[in-house]
Amino acid sequence: MANITLKAVRKSFGSFEVIKGIDLEIRKGEFMVFVGPSGCGKSTLLRLISGLEEITSGDLMFDDARVNNVIPSERGIAMVFQSYVLYPHMKVYDNLAFGMKLGKRDKSEIDTRVRKAAEMLQIDHLLDRLPRQLSGGQRQRVAIGRAIVRDPRVFLFDEPLSNLDAALRVATRLEIAKPHHDMNDVTMIYVTHDQVEAMTLADRICVLRDGVVEQVGTPAELYEKPNSVFVAGFIGSPKMNFLTGTFADAVGCTTLGIRAEHIDIVDQADATWTGTVVHAEDLGSDHFLFVDIGADEPVVVRRSGKLDTGMLGQVVSLRPQAENLHRFGPDDKPLG
Amino acid sequence: MNRSMPRTIAFYACVLLIVLIAVFPFYYAIMTSFETGTAIFRPNILPESFSWDNYKAIFTRRGFVRSVANSVFIASITVGAALLLAVTASYALARVSFRGRGLLLMTILGVSMFPQIAVLSGLYELINLLGLYNKPWALVLSYTIFTLPFTVWVLTTFMRDLPMEIEEAAIVDGATPWVIITRVFMPLLWPALVTTGLLAFIGAWNEFLFALTFTISADQRTVPVAIALLSGASQQEIPWGPIMAVSVLVTIPLIVLVRVFQRKIVAGLTAGGVKG
Repeated sequence: MANITLKAVRKSFGSFEVIKGIDLEIRKGEFMVFVGPSGCGKSTLLRLISGLEEITSGDLMFDDARVNNVIPSERGIAMVFQSYVLYPHMKVYDNLAFGMKLGKRDKSEIDTRVRKAAEMLQIDHLLDRLPRQLSGGQRQRVAIGRAIVRDPRVFLFDEPLSNLDAALRVATRLEIAKPHHDMNDVTMIYVTHDQVEAMTLADRICVLRDGVVEQVGTPAELYEKPNSVFVAGFIGSPKMNFLTGTFADAVGCTTLGIRAEHIDIVDQADATWTGTVVHAEDLGSDHFLFVDIGADEPVVVRRSGKLDTGMLGQVVSLRPQAENLHRFGPDDKPLG
Repeated sequence: MNRSMPRTIAFYACVLLIVLIAVFPFYYAIMTSFETGTAIFRPNILPESFSWDNYKAIFTRRGFVRSVANSVFIASITVGAALLLAVTASYALARVSFRGRGLLLMTILGVSMFPQIAVLSGLYELINLLGLYNKPWALVLSYTIFTLPFTVWVLTTFMRDLPMEIEEAAIVDGATPWVIITRVFMPLLWPALVTTGLLAFIGAWNEFLFALTFTISADQRTVPVAIALLSGASQQEIPWGPIMAVSVLVTIPLIVLVRVFQRKIVAGLTAGGVKG
C-alpha cells in the first residue's frame, strides 16, 4: 500500500561505501526483486528500507513521507529473513502474535488475525508447536505468517528460500507469490541472488552491481533488452554467449551477445560460424550443445527435444538470428 | 570401542581414586559432626559414636538462625543485582557497537584479577563513606563488585552467540531493547543465567574475608563468619563438633539449589530458532 521512493540513497560502513547513490521508485502493490551477485549491496539496500540500517545520505520516502529516521516497527513493514528466525522459546501462535502483543492490540483481534493468517498458510494445526518441532518448510511458512499478521504496507524478503532444498524452494516460491495475489495492495520487495527466482516472481527486477542500479525493468525487458553486458550475462540461463574480436567486428561492435536459443543449426552454405561440438547437456525437454567456433569460450546452442548423442564431436554450422543479436560498444552499453 | 580389560580396570581405579580424594573431606566433616567429646580427636574412618548433640547445640546457640537469614538475604540480593546489571551490560557489550568496547571488556576482566586483600582497605573506605559499615548492604555491594566481571563475561559470550536476526526480527516487531532483553533474550539465556547466578550465590554464601571485615556486631554476621567465631566453653577449646555440624548444615541449601536448577539447565534451547 505504499509507494517507495529512494533519492540518491547512500550507505557507508566506515570509509567503505556499499550503496553508491541509488534512485529508485517502487510502485504501490508492486513485486520488486533486487537481484545481483554477492556483495552488490542488495541486502544492505533492503535493510536500509527496513530501517535496520541507517541511511548515510539521501532520502527514503514511503508515500511521500520521509522515513529515514522512523524506527522499523513504525514504517509499516514486515520482514522475512533468510534464516527464517522464529523465537525458539515461543509457540507458533505466540510467534505470530508477538508483534501485535507489543503493539498492545486487542486480544480478540490478535486471535482472529493469527488464525486467519495460519489458515491462509495452512499452518493452523501447528499453532501449539514450538519452532524446533517444525520442518524447514513449515518454519518458513510461519515466518511468512508472522509477516502477514502484521498487515504491513511493505513486505520485505531477504533471500527467504536460500536455506531450503530445491523441491521445497519451488513450493515455497508459490507461497510467496500467493499473498502477493491475495493482497494486491501490498508492496513487496524481494532480495535474491538467484535470477530464476527473480524472473519468476517479479513484476519488476532491479539489477544491482557494486552498489549502483544497473537496470530496472520487467523480467521480459531485462531479458530482451539488457542495457549492459553485465545485465545481459546475469539474466537468463544458460548465460548469454559473448563474442569479441573478429566475431564482434563482423557486426560492428565490441562485444556481441547472443542467447543460446537464438542460434540455429543450418546447412553449411548458410553458416555464419562453424565449429566442433565439444560438450553436450541433455535436459530431456531440450538440450544444449557447446560448440567451439574458435572464440575464447564455446558457444552454447539450445535446441528442443532429446539430444542425439551422435552430435558430439561433429562439425556443425551455426547462424545467429539477426534480429536477436545484442551489440555492445566499448563501454559495455548497447549500440543503437 | 573395545578396550582391553586391564585398561578398563585402571580407568575405573583412577576414577575411584579421584572421587575418594574429592569426597573424603566432606565425609570426614559429616562424620565428625555426629561425634562428641574426645571421639572427635581420634582419627577414624567409620564413626565411633553417633549423636545429634552438636546439631542441637547449634540451634540453641544465640544468633545462628540470624546468621543464616543474613546469608540468605545477602546472597539472594547479590545474585539479583548481579544478574540484572550483567544482563543489561552484556547486551550492550555484545550487541551495541561503541568505541572502546574491547577495552571496557578487558578492564572488567582486569578488576577480577585483583586479590580480595588488595582492595580490602580501599573498599573499607568506600563502605565507610557510603555509611554502609556493619550493614548487609556493605556485603551486597562488595560481592556484586566481585561477581560482576565473571557474570558479565559469561553472559556477553552467550549473548554474542545468539543470532543477530532474532534481535532484528524483534526490532521489526516493534520491540525496544528492554523488551528484547527480557522477552526474547532472557528465555534463551536461561542456562547461562542459572549457571552464573548459582556461582554468584555460592560465592556470596561462602565468602569470609569481606564478611569478617565489614561486620562487627553478632547479629550482622553471615554464616561463614559465625562459624569461625564460634567459641567453646573456654578460650582454649575449639568446638569442632558444632563447627562441623554448622558446616554440614549450610552446605545443604547449596546442594538443594544445584539439584533444583540442574533440571533447568536445558542445553540447546535455541535449537530450531534459526535454520535447522
